[in-house]
Amino acid sequence: MTIALIPIIVMAVLYACGIFLMLERSVTRVLLGFLLVGNATNLLLLIMAGKAGIAPIVGGGIPAEDMTDPLPQALILTAIVITFGVSAFLLALIYRAWRLAQGDTLQDDEEDIALRTSLGVPGENPADATSGSDADEDGAEMRDIEEADAQAAAVETEQLTITTDRGDA
Amino acid sequence: MNALVPLVVLIPLVSAALTLILGKRPKAQRFIAIGALVVVLAIGTVLISVVDAERSLAMEVGGWASPFGIVLVVDRLSALMVVVSAIVLLAVLVFSLGQGLADRDNETPVSIYYPTYLILAAGVFNAFIAGDLFNLYVGFEILLVASYVLITLGGTQERIRAGTTYVVVSLVSSFFFLAAIAMIYGAVGTVNIAQISLRMEQIPLDVQIVLHVMLLIAFGIKAAIFPLSFWLPDSYPTAPAPVTAVFAGLLTKVGVYAIIRTETIIFPGPELNTALMVVALLTMVIGVLGAVAQADIKRLLSFTLVSHIGYMILGISLGTVAGTAAAIYYIVHHIIVQTTLFLGAGLIERIGGTTSITKLGGLLKAAPLVAVMFLVPALNLGGIPPFSGFIGKLGLFEATAQQGTPLGYVLIGAGALVSLLTLYALARVWNMAFWRPVKDVQGYQSPLLDSVSEAPGSTKVRAARRAPTLMVVATGIMVLVSLALTVFAGPLYSYSDRAGQNLQGPRTYIGIVFPGGDNE
Repeated sequence: MTIALIPIIVMAVLYACGIFLMLERSVTRVLLGFLLVGNATNLLLLIMAGKAGIAPIVGGGIPAEDMTDPLPQALILTAIVITFGVSAFLLALIYRAWRLAQGDTLQDDEEDIALRTSLGVPGENPADATSGSDADEDGAEMRDIEEADAQAAAVETEQLTITTDRGDA
Repeated sequence: MNALVPLVVLIPLVSAALTLILGKRPKAQRFIAIGALVVVLAIGTVLISVVDAERSLAMEVGGWASPFGIVLVVDRLSALMVVVSAIVLLAVLVFSLGQGLADRDNETPVSIYYPTYLILAAGVFNAFIAGDLFNLYVGFEILLVASYVLITLGGTQERIRAGTTYVVVSLVSSFFFLAAIAMIYGAVGTVNIAQISLRMEQIPLDVQIVLHVMLLIAFGIKAAIFPLSFWLPDSYPTAPAPVTAVFAGLLTKVGVYAIIRTETIIFPGPELNTALMVVALLTMVIGVLGAVAQADIKRLLSFTLVSHIGYMILGISLGTVAGTAAAIYYIVHHIIVQTTLFLGAGLIERIGGTTSITKLGGLLKAAPLVAVMFLVPALNLGGIPPFSGFIGKLGLFEATAQQGTPLGYVLIGAGALVSLLTLYALARVWNMAFWRPVKDVQGYQSPLLDSVSEAPGSTKVRAARRAPTLMVVATGIMVLVSLALTVFAGPLYSYSDRAGQNLQGPRTYIGIVFPGGDNE
């Protein structure tokens, strides 16, 4: 099986960027990462089809070796449709999260923290947990996290809005 | 007979479309949803008897011959899974019907709940009858997308938070699966499971292991096996009670089912069996330790769910007929019992107003029937002798002991310890929520407090709310089904054994798909 080098490089770059974005706490970036990884996987499927050839239409006396393998393309089409549907759903989810909390960063599970505190695990208050896990990131990241913390504080002040919002939900 | 096979997917899908159109007529929606699942259950029963008595079925969709078209395969394992899922889906639907009627559909809005639920059913059934790796992927995606909608139902902040984790983790698993399909296609040039199995023998062992691990990671995330199980106790408890019940019963088992297929048909070799045994051990122990620490019933049950997936992986990792048979029986037992427990938790929430065991108390007096209906599956899951949990665990331990490796004996010991700890965790729930008198609960708040303050003059205050009859009936039916697993343990276990024999090596499966020879 001979394959071109360029699609492989593109795929690797897409995977790298996509996975990097998916590790973020902001859900919008996760969505962007998800789209990149989705395209990288589609490219992987295409690479696995092997050497490119002419359109696979039966008849006309063209030998099978000169045609492109059509099956991976069918698989890619299905995968694209699925990715499309799921990203629409994720966008709706992000919009809803933004309506509720005015931010799209993923919050800590309050019940988890409550349980950890009740079991007496030392040094586990919510603020520590957030900055502690990301402590080895660079300065710009730290600023992001501080913003996230400020947003979390803003969420608490907006509890009233949230409860009224829940009513119509 | 072959014509019946695609109907188990088509009927729920068409009914989902119908219920969506009839969004403004809840009565018609309910009728269609229940009717569809009853029909699927009937078809499943026919399939199971045909497959067991005569031969396994392979349906070539669109009439394209096997390696080229999409093939749907029903063998003993698939038929059993379809029937058990249909029973669970039906019981949970009745339960949610009761809850929806009582709540005026706040928790389960009919207009989207029934269509989504039916699509989830279609995805589950499609995954069970797929004879094609890509069709299995599509089945997974159908059920996952439906589950995304169900887990964020109502769109409250807590559910959006839990739902986001769930969606992102599921997406990662889907990409692993899709990338694995792409690489397998690159290696063997087909996505037909039987043909993959035929050609995989010629692939070098190191490439095989890479592909094998990719598939196991994808399915392991779905099945919630230890290093990949962190998402489950986080996301399941926040969903509405019936949704959690059906997720806990079915979705993880679809992952386990896919692992069985991977281990027995695609990669029947023993290369990763020891690794799977270690993973099974860790899943069992760490899951149950999480359960012991929890104070919320739904979270506690989610941790026991993770823990008991370990038993199934243990059975699969043995790579023997006895091991696979025991795993199959255990899957059936666990689907039924775990769903019943979550329905029980739903009833507790309904009656006591909360699922936190620190705030519950005195429910034995308030709802003796619910107390029994929670105790029976709790003892069952803990593996107390007459129940199916005991039979399943005994089968697993026996199959492990037959192999006689030191690691096997460690796993038997761990399995016994884990069942004891499960019993401890669930007995604690029962003691605190049901047995403990109200006066022992610190800061007890009656669930009727709101109505008391609304009607200050009234003197007659009942201690607890009553659960709607339909919810109790649905849970009761599931308890009876779980007892039936004990009563009919003989026939069911020998059926599992025959299903396990079907899965000894890929030859039987290949024979189903290519009845006229290998086609190579």
